[in-house]
Amino acid sequence: MKYFWGIFFISLHAMVPLVLTAVGEIIGETAGLFNIGLEGILLTCAFMGVVGAKMGGPAAGLLIGMGIGGLIGLIFSIINTYWKGNQMITGIGVNLFALGFVAFGLIMLGSPGFQAVPASGRLAPIQTPVGSLSPIIFVALVVPFLAHWFLKRTRAGLILKAAGETPEAADVAGINVNLVRLLATTFGGVLAGLGGAYISVSWIGSVTKEISAGRGFIALATVVFSGLNPLLGLLGGFIFGFFESLATWIRNLPGSKAIPWQFIAMIPYVVTLLVVAGVVGRVRFPKALGEPYKRE
Amino acid sequence: MSADARAAGSRWRSLGRRTLTGLNPALESLLAGAVGLLVGALLMKMWGYSPVKAYAALFQGAYGDLYGFASSLARGTPLILTALTFSICVRAGMFNIGAEGQLIVGALAAVTVGYFTLPAALHVIVALIFAMVAGAAWSIVPALLKTARGVSEVISTIMFNWVSHFLAFYLVANILTDPIRGEKTISVPLSARFPLLVRGTDLSYGLFAAVAFAVVMYFILWHTVTGYEVRAAGLNPTAARYGGINSRRTMLLSFILGGMGAGLAGACIVMGEPPTYAVFSGLGNIAGVGFDGMAVAMVGRNHPIGIIIAAVFFGGLTAGGRIMQLTAGVPLEMVRVVEGIIVLAMAVPELVRLFRFIRSQFRRVLGGRSAQ
Repeated sequence: MKYFWGIFFISLHAMVPLVLTAVGEIIGETAGLFNIGLEGILLTCAFMGVVGAKMGGPAAGLLIGMGIGGLIGLIFSIINTYWKGNQMITGIGVNLFALGFVAFGLIMLGSPGFQAVPASGRLAPIQTPVGSLSPIIFVALVVPFLAHWFLKRTRAGLILKAAGETPEAADVAGINVNLVRLLATTFGGVLAGLGGAYISVSWIGSVTKEISAGRGFIALATVVFSGLNPLLGLLGGFIFGFFESLATWIRNLPGSKAIPWQFIAMIPYVVTLLVVAGVVGRVRFPKALGEPYKRE
Repeated sequence: MSADARAAGSRWRSLGRRTLTGLNPALESLLAGAVGLLVGALLMKMWGYSPVKAYAALFQGAYGDLYGFASSLARGTPLILTALTFSICVRAGMFNIGAEGQLIVGALAAVTVGYFTLPAALHVIVALIFAMVAGAAWSIVPALLKTARGVSEVISTIMFNWVSHFLAFYLVANILTDPIRGEKTISVPLSARFPLLVRGTDLSYGLFAAVAFAVVMYFILWHTVTGYEVRAAGLNPTAARYGGINSRRTMLLSFILGGMGAGLAGACIVMGEPPTYAVFSGLGNIAGVGFDGMAVAMVGRNHPIGIIIAAVFFGGLTAGGRIMQLTAGVPLEMVRVVEGIIVLAMAVPELVRLFRFIRSQFRRVLGGRSAQ
């Protein structure tokens, strides 16, 4: 039973960045923009969250993370809506920039490679009888439901879908396609930024050059798994979070020395591949996904 | 003006226009490079560095003397190959961002030739073949997942990068370990190394291997039927299918060729870069080359010739960046930031036109003011 709660709680913690990022990307992809720069947003915001937490406490850290995430999302979407850019290349650019920026920033903070969040900057966890929980977990549990309601039940959600499915028709109906896409992707950036800042400020308590560890791409896999349904995004995020925590858990078992740790560390990535290979084919994405909208 | 002269005039004009549009890609790459350096300068200014001093040190260090130029070429050598990995797949309509992982397994495979002895030339060839086969094998699984199951190559190649990352950690620490120095693999033996091209630098004959691979890729893509099919499938998959092109075959082929390039890049690093000729436990000497290659590919407009030129530029950024770090105190990581901005600028099509538009807007605003 102790093991169950242990794994369950680590899974909940590991799930948060995946769920937040994936739900943000679901909203963005519904509107027609495909952002592979999520990894870079997570990494940059994990770093900027630490900077904010050092200056003004955990709330400042999370807010700065969201702000920077939104800013990167905004730049990404300006390039890919009004400037008709290539979404793949923009995403690769964001990832490269983040790799350099975070490594550079860590040196500027005086500690190449590693920066810890001071105790005063760490978000206080909620204590329960069986362990402590980050408050952001509850945000990650609520956001998918809100997103689901927004996409399925509101007029704005329909407008988003129209911009992604048939931008021409949306345009004729008087919808500003580029603006809708810009707002959706910027919001996705804000959510990914929260996920990134959460990693450093609330969960792990420090930032390194590799702290995002492919989570941006696992979030993309979660989006594929979800078929753009935020509730399935929550489930997918939990599944991938579970395998991540399983890897952590096995590594801490006393008898785990028999298996080299490097193979245990591969588990989340291999599982992601297997899951994506298992679900694709039945998933249908918006018709205009990845295409810049050009009025004829 | 007579009709003849008018026709000649319009012919000249159209020729001029064509030349200009031909120049546009190069112009855009130059402009993207300028945007990257400019944003980098702003960031340096923000942190209190002198951008002028930093860039002077960088370009002096990269191209100022024979030693600098040789190191720029040495840094550019593997970049040519990983850039080709990305480009071949872009030409086939896919985004292979797995050069990083394919490079790692290529480097590890090349190192294993240290376990047997062969005559010098043969040893080099065997090492290169090992690396190319390993790189191709590592890229073929994402390719098969794409053709058989429709798995996005963006996700699968990144997952493979992480798996190869940990695989390398394991192999360096447990299997290929140097018996004397535990933090690295065994070294590539003398008989399997690329001889140095310029004494006292780390530029080796690996450069010729990279350029030769680029030439072969150019020939395959633009002078064979298969290459034509790869490019056609990339430009317009639907039309290619109606034309009887098997897009699964072209996808697989482009991934295999790309994987060979990345594997070769790994080999060039461990066979051609003194002093260690090995893979280190933190992957410090090979990490990042696969990602940098994507920037090189984009600035080189996914063309082998363009890539070679762009690799000299980016190799210079890395080689000169070290001098910049030493003399101007700006961390080498700044180079990566600049690289990211350059790629972002490259993502904007018709960057030149956008630039002209912004300039004309500026002129209008400024003109308006001066008229008052």
